[in-house]
Amino acid sequence: MPETDPEENPNKLAAVITPASEAQRAVRVVDAPLAPPSANQGVLEVFRRRYLLRILVRREIQARYQSSFLGFLWSYINPLSQFFIYWFVMGYILMLHASVENFAIHIFSAIIITHFFTESFGAGTRSIVSNKALVQKMAMPREMFPVAAMLVSLWHVVPQMVILLIVAPFYGWVPSFTGAFAVVLAILLMMLFGTALALLFSVANVYFRDFGSAVSIMLHFVRFGVPMIYPFSMIVVQFPGLVDYYLLNPIANAVLLFQDAFWIPTLSACAPGELPVPEGADIHAKAGCTMLDIAQPDHLIERGLIMLAAGVLFLAFAQWVFTKLEAKIPERL
Amino acid sequence: MTVSVQVDHATKNFTLRYHRNLKDMTVAMLKGREVSNRFTAVDDVSFTIEQGESVGLMGLNGSGKSTLLKMINGTMRPDSGSVLTRGRIAGLIATGAGFHPQLTGKENIYLNAAVLGLSEKETDAIFDDVVEFADIGRFLNTPVGTYSSGMYSRLGFSVAVHIDSDIFLADEVLAVGDKPFKRKCLAKMQEIRDSGRTVVYVSHAAASVQRMCDRVIVLENGRVGFDGDVDEGIHYLKYDEDDEPQPADGKRSRLAEADDELGADI
Repeated sequence: MPETDPEENPNKLAAVITPASEAQRAVRVVDAPLAPPSANQGVLEVFRRRYLLRILVRREIQARYQSSFLGFLWSYINPLSQFFIYWFVMGYILMLHASVENFAIHIFSAIIITHFFTESFGAGTRSIVSNKALVQKMAMPREMFPVAAMLVSLWHVVPQMVILLIVAPFYGWVPSFTGAFAVVLAILLMMLFGTALALLFSVANVYFRDFGSAVSIMLHFVRFGVPMIYPFSMIVVQFPGLVDYYLLNPIANAVLLFQDAFWIPTLSACAPGELPVPEGADIHAKAGCTMLDIAQPDHLIERGLIMLAAGVLFLAFAQWVFTKLEAKIPERL
Repeated sequence: MTVSVQVDHATKNFTLRYHRNLKDMTVAMLKGREVSNRFTAVDDVSFTIEQGESVGLMGLNGSGKSTLLKMINGTMRPDSGSVLTRGRIAGLIATGAGFHPQLTGKENIYLNAAVLGLSEKETDAIFDDVVEFADIGRFLNTPVGTYSSGMYSRLGFSVAVHIDSDIFLADEVLAVGDKPFKRKCLAKMQEIRDSGRTVVYVSHAAASVQRMCDRVIVLENGRVGFDGDVDEGIHYLKYDEDDEPQPADGKRSRLAEADDELGADI
């Protein structure tokens, strides 16, 4: 490296520093406790640092559709295409339009809440690995990333809800307080379970990327494990003994709550073309009004509230596991 | 004097995995080869840094400097022992800031500041200074993934120095910048030191450590090999020796020659 300018001589560069022994130093009083630099209170810390969370959410929204021409439109195209496939395949090919009244509302209300869950879970699982650059160098609560992924998915619920609220009145839907409560409850349920699962799997995905692939398979099961492309009454009729287990699924509960709010109010008193009740099944329909009464389980709101409590516990468990595994995240990434 | 950084018997192990999938692992196990191995990057390190001290952290490559710094900065936790710090920590780890490659320079400034606990207003207040110091011009609004390594580290350094932190970590900060920028950096670091902030300076350049720091800690294979006076520390590391002894007209120039030799001009 030839030196042209004597001023640029490296020997002189260090000389710009006043030697430590000669420098005048100010005294800085730090009004903070001596604490571990990495300490945090997990998910609670995330909500204490809302500004950072907001930046991350905004970033995720931008990044998800970066360098794509249709951009944000994809968040409509995705659920809408799903809707039309189900509406056509289930409705016309498998002829559920004939037996399920207002099947379109049934499907679409279910898609919104299911899609919210699958997005939170899927994107949340990938969140830590995809934010590698930040995770490795910045000290921040890593719960931020799965939580941000959940909030981004929640953000995408809004336009879909708008579509539903515009369409539903054409099917005779009228808003009600109980309906609104059911919607809020369903969303809270999916926020809790979505975040908890995202926490568990985001850290697992750091250890082994297999978990990311496993999650996409699980999400297939989720879509079929909820009364979305078939009515709940079919489960009651075909698998009467399994209904209780079916209802242990929080996502199915959330879907039923959503349908309680949007689909049930659009139904006429007795749905035409009921499904036949099989011989010997322990299900009795009211005279003249066969399927509607058993189309929704009893005490849906109460079930939802119990699930909500279970969700809080599950989130606490997920946080506990996350905290245990988190320490090795930077080195395993 | 208050304690700023307290490292107490901190140990950090890494597991080296030679195989990452089931097939490779099974084959290795069947052949009796080892599947993983433990490596102690930081081994029972203890020291205390007072507020306002300027400490040079030295050691050969792989001696555990960056791992130790990551524990002080909070991105890593010690497996055993403890690391305690007081106040806000800013700085650069392993020559770069934690930037998101997809975000623009501007967005990254806000993100980086938010991670360090600044509010939007506080960031607005320092924003112009950060941009001016980094001098990245029209690249400010392009994703940092497209930056040259020099621009990347300039922006990182600029954010780190403009945040009012209590502890400043500088890990090989000057390895990639050009000379005019290095000069600016040194002046800025001196300003930080003289403002009473704690400085932990990692560098292989003995001359700059000598002038910047009051104390040197030398790591050797993850352990503290030396902790004390700057000149003695540099001597301990043998960074003040030259392979071809030159007519030395004083210690300063000999050190500088050694820096030249190491290619670490700062």
